[in-house]
Amino acid sequence: MAGISREEVANLARLARIQMSDEELDHLSGEMQVILSAVAKVQEVANSDVPPTSHPIPITNVTREDVVTKSLTVEQALSGAPKKSEDRFQVPQILGEE
Amino acid sequence: MLTFSEAMTKFEPTLGLEVHVELNTKSKMFCGCATEFGAAPNTQTCPVCLGLPGSLPVVNKRAIESTILIGLALNCEIAPFSRFARKNYFYPDMPKNFQTSQYDEPICKNGFLDVQIETDEGPKKFRIEIERVHMEEDTGKSSHVGGATGRIHGAEYSLLDYNRAGIPLIEIVTKMITGTGKYAPQVARAYVTELRDIVKSLQVSDVRMEQGSLRCDANVSLAPISSGKLGTRSETKNVNSLRSIERAVQSEIERHANLLSKGERVVQETRHFLEDSGLTRPGRSKEQAEDYRYFPEPDLVPVAPTKELIESLRKKLPEKPSERRKRLQQEWNVPDKEMTAMVNADLLDTVAQTIEAGAEKTLARSWWMGEISRIANEKNVVPTQLIAINDVVELINLISTGELTDKLARQVLAGVIDGEGNPKSVMEKRGLKVVSDDSALMQAIAAAIAAQPETAEKVRAGNIPASGALIGAVMKSTGGQANAARVRELLLKHLGQQP
Ligand SMILES: [Zn+2]
Repeated sequence: MAGISREEVANLARLARIQMSDEELDHLSGEMQVILSAVAKVQEVANSDVPPTSHPIPITNVTREDVVTKSLTVEQALSGAPKKSEDRFQVPQILGEE
Repeated sequence: MLTFSEAMTKFEPTLGLEVHVELNTKSKMFCGCATEFGAAPNTQTCPVCLGLPGSLPVVNKRAIESTILIGLALNCEIAPFSRFARKNYFYPDMPKNFQTSQYDEPICKNGFLDVQIETDEGPKKFRIEIERVHMEEDTGKSSHVGGATGRIHGAEYSLLDYNRAGIPLIEIVTKMITGTGKYAPQVARAYVTELRDIVKSLQVSDVRMEQGSLRCDANVSLAPISSGKLGTRSETKNVNSLRSIERAVQSEIERHANLLSKGERVVQETRHFLEDSGLTRPGRSKEQAEDYRYFPEPDLVPVAPTKELIESLRKKLPEKPSERRKRLQQEWNVPDKEMTAMVNADLLDTVAQTIEAGAEKTLARSWWMGEISRIANEKNVVPTQLIAINDVVELINLISTGELTDKLARQVLAGVIDGEGNPKSVMEKRGLKVVSDDSALMQAIAAAIAAQPETAEKVRAGNIPASGALIGAVMKSTGGQANAARVRELLLKHLGQQP
């Protein structure tokens, strides 16, 4: 059966930049184990005659014409930003880049 | 320190080139926001490209067609079924926290591109195998405030403009390029040049490296000659001109060779090219192991181009740039060296357009490559920024019809560049027209003969070369505005000689 270790959960948290306490990691490892078990059950049913799918409806080629539509105003675009400056989103610097 | 040629006696390089091309669609990849370059910050965004909850992307049809065109031009197979994938990473240049890209199902794969380089041993051909061409979206633009620049003490933050986020981006990845030996830097440059020209001929991107619509990352590794091994690679980013690609590859080969010959190891890392020194330096430390946790994008349906679509696009493919160059060279009857000079000066298209618009072939080449390039160089701009093709055509036609001499045309050109108007009006305003009125010329000839009667006698006696002094005098008295050939003809006739 598929399993997920506490270390793997900690690594996922790091990649997603989510800080987690030891208790949270313990708790989440358990919860994710339950989810993975459920997925494993589905996989048992899925034989080779069931192709993997990324979309519930079997359609392809849904496209739009290359036409410009109205964008948000700067004010609207920035309205949800916790911090802004010079019409830009202001975020903490994450990696020391030049 | 090992020099490049010393390094090449011990090691052989392997290259891998990743080229990103921003498409020139009017709207973004997955939303209708405009893609115009240089717009005010965050004026070209919407819920989709800002990654707001509940928004749904829809693929731009033209972006797909443009990608297929690139794939076909690079001799790729076009996948009958291909999907988008989420590339998950946490960096503020993508507000969604993932970039919509393609992973194991790229739309085009297994192509190739032939390039040719000039060497001391004559021209050499290399076939560059293409691994894949896939669709993704560009990221936003971040500017960093504080920190290293230190102006705002303690304030380290980044400002994000998402106008660029979501612009269609095509990534073209080569397979490992081996067997180039010491020509690796030239081959890298030739490949990107040829790729740029192909994409340009397809009219699907501006491919302007200085504006970032074509970007190149160069992977370089070295191994001892005939070792059959593969060395550790470095990936150099920030290479933003064709010349820089050549320099970056050469400098990385030298750096690796010196590390390896000292028994040190090459660190697998991202490096940045420094335009000033031609060297590279380590880039930011990325996520330790790249772990992008790709998975199929559930908000987008698969792309399944029909055979009919692919064939109709194949029919649209223009003449290959390399074939076009060959054809033009034959039509214009110019030597290899001159052709290469035009290509390197990036003036081939300009000259071709000038000739297509009716200018004489030789004059079109000599004016663009000569006087116009000279002035452009002086002013530190590219020739096409200096003067419009139409104006050059007009100028050349005035020379062809004999209304301007070469010398007068230079003055007219200066006037056009200074913004005095188009060539005809500059010619009229400055009074630079060639004196073609024979009676006016005859007056000047009579005056010249009167001033130098002995010279005139010599010519009468059959000493034709002596006429040069008289022709010179006429040219001087008309301020260079006479057609020297016509003056010679009239003068010799007047003195009883066969012109
Ligand atoms: Zn948008």
